[in-house]
Amino acid sequence: MIITSDVSKSYGESTVVDGVSLSLPRGGITSIIGPNGAGKSTLLSMVSRLMAMDKGSVTVDGLDVSKTPGDVLARRLSILRQDNHMTARLTVRDLVSFGRYPYSKGRLTTDDKVHIDEAIGYLDLTALSGRFLDELSGGQRQRAFVAMVLCQDTDYVLLDEPLNNLDMKHAMGMMKLLQRAASELGKTVVLVLHDINFASWYSTHIVAMKHGKVAAQGSVDEMIRPDVLSSVYEMDIAVHEIAGQRISVYYG
Amino acid sequence: MQGDFSSRDVIPAKAGTSVSANGGSRFRGNDTERGDGAERKRFSRPAMVLITLTALALLSIALFMTLDAKGSWSFVLSFRGKKLLSLVLVAYAVAVSTVLFQTVTNNRILTPSIMGFDALYVLIKTAVVFFFGVSALVSIDSQVQFVVELLVMVGFSFLLFRWLFLGEERSLHLLVLVGIVFGILFRSLSQLMQRMLDPGAFNVLQDTLFASFATTDPTLLGIATVIVAITSFVGWRLMHTYDVLSLGRAQAINLGVDYKRTVAVILVLVAILVSVSTALVGPVTFFGLLVATLAHSLIGNSKHLYVLPAAVLLGVIALVGGQTLLERVFAFDTALSIIIEFLGGLVFIVLVLRRSAR
Repeated sequence: MIITSDVSKSYGESTVVDGVSLSLPRGGITSIIGPNGAGKSTLLSMVSRLMAMDKGSVTVDGLDVSKTPGDVLARRLSILRQDNHMTARLTVRDLVSFGRYPYSKGRLTTDDKVHIDEAIGYLDLTALSGRFLDELSGGQRQRAFVAMVLCQDTDYVLLDEPLNNLDMKHAMGMMKLLQRAASELGKTVVLVLHDINFASWYSTHIVAMKHGKVAAQGSVDEMIRPDVLSSVYEMDIAVHEIAGQRISVYYG
Repeated sequence: MQGDFSSRDVIPAKAGTSVSANGGSRFRGNDTERGDGAERKRFSRPAMVLITLTALALLSIALFMTLDAKGSWSFVLSFRGKKLLSLVLVAYAVAVSTVLFQTVTNNRILTPSIMGFDALYVLIKTAVVFFFGVSALVSIDSQVQFVVELLVMVGFSFLLFRWLFLGEERSLHLLVLVGIVFGILFRSLSQLMQRMLDPGAFNVLQDTLFASFATTDPTLLGIATVIVAITSFVGWRLMHTYDVLSLGRAQAINLGVDYKRTVAVILVLVAILVSVSTALVGPVTFFGLLVATLAHSLIGNSKHLYVLPAAVLLGVIALVGGQTLLERVFAFDTALSIIIEFLGGLVFIVLVLRRSAR
């Protein structure tokens, strides 16, 4: 369970995250939705200790993220952000191998190699494993990074806008994969999403943020409703039931 | 020159990505042949590069020690041996510090000189002459001078880091910007003081500021060797973090590296190594960019286990080979730093042109 209590973050005068207290359930896929500038990514960065909070605390299974040693936390929680800018030149396999760093500190054991092969296979990257990252398409790169995070083998997997730069097919593939990771491997997946229909179709739990605060949270049935979504996004959103799923229509 | 570097790196994401992306395309031809990695050649490319570089480095050392040797061998060998040690030390310090600095800043264009190190060195020397006169520079024990310079430089870098690590994201780019500002400040201050010096004092000062591989102090060599050895020991123990750090701050933290502490330690190591090389031979900072860029290009991947030794070997080849060339071919007509800057400039221009062409 991830518990944030009264977490706040400001940049100068503007408060980006304002006293957020949340408890994210174990298991399944939790989506964080909300308009631009609602503080979704900032919250995720603080939960994953990439960013220090001004106030409040975050615990992951009872471990305080700002006090627990980095390598202990790295075996429990992993984070993947949307911009993975780096100068290093690596093959897919090299990158995925880094997922074992929290366990082996760079000296790979046979057990680590099994994990690496599994993660590469899981994301269907076996044929590309010897290729350098700069020779891959955006979608393949994204998959390589997700493979690394899976190879890290943590209970909690946090992803900041994992569907960015992916076309429909790859976006759907990514969500299916995360769904499989949650159900087959028992991972708890927390992700920031912009497309509310993806959130509706694949999430088990949805948190909506607005102006740095939690506007609403609950199951898909509780959240994907015209009144809730309209107030979160401040626009008219109609919700239709198609093939047993709630689909939002907001293009008109 | 520095103006160009800075403007590239104000936009960190774009600049870096394009560098790595284009840097990659240079090797595409070679990668296809090892493509799937299914069948391995007897030696991998990094191993081949390291073997070749070691051979070349040993050849330059052998030529340096024996070419044109006349008279007593014991004298020649001990005389040239001291010079050789200082060249190797400088090559090692510059290569390692530049590669590590580039790893930590997640950048391939910046070198420690951007942090204002060479400028600070010049400023310290100038200030001594300005306030205490030429006699101070000559009379103070060189070891004491060296230790004081080292402390000032490390202290300066530490102040910068402590201040900058209060911030979070992109703090290292801020560091770089601050470094440029400090560099200009130090340079302007030294120039101001140098203009106010009398010509005789200025002459003495300029002599100590120019990189001089021919006139290193043997007593200084001893202390420099010890300091470099200690630094290397600490650096070796952090070896496993370098590759992770080259993935960038967010990934390094995600993978459990104690980022603030590790980066602070590495930057102090860099500060010490730069101090050692500048104190030994003066500012030769363009050299670092040359060997680090070449090492990354030749090795083809970013594993520090290969890149670091490659950079050191390239440094040894350039300095020892260069000095041999200088002493035997040009007969002391010109300073080694000029040759290095010339070659480095050529390589750098080629690299920049190649990148912009694609």
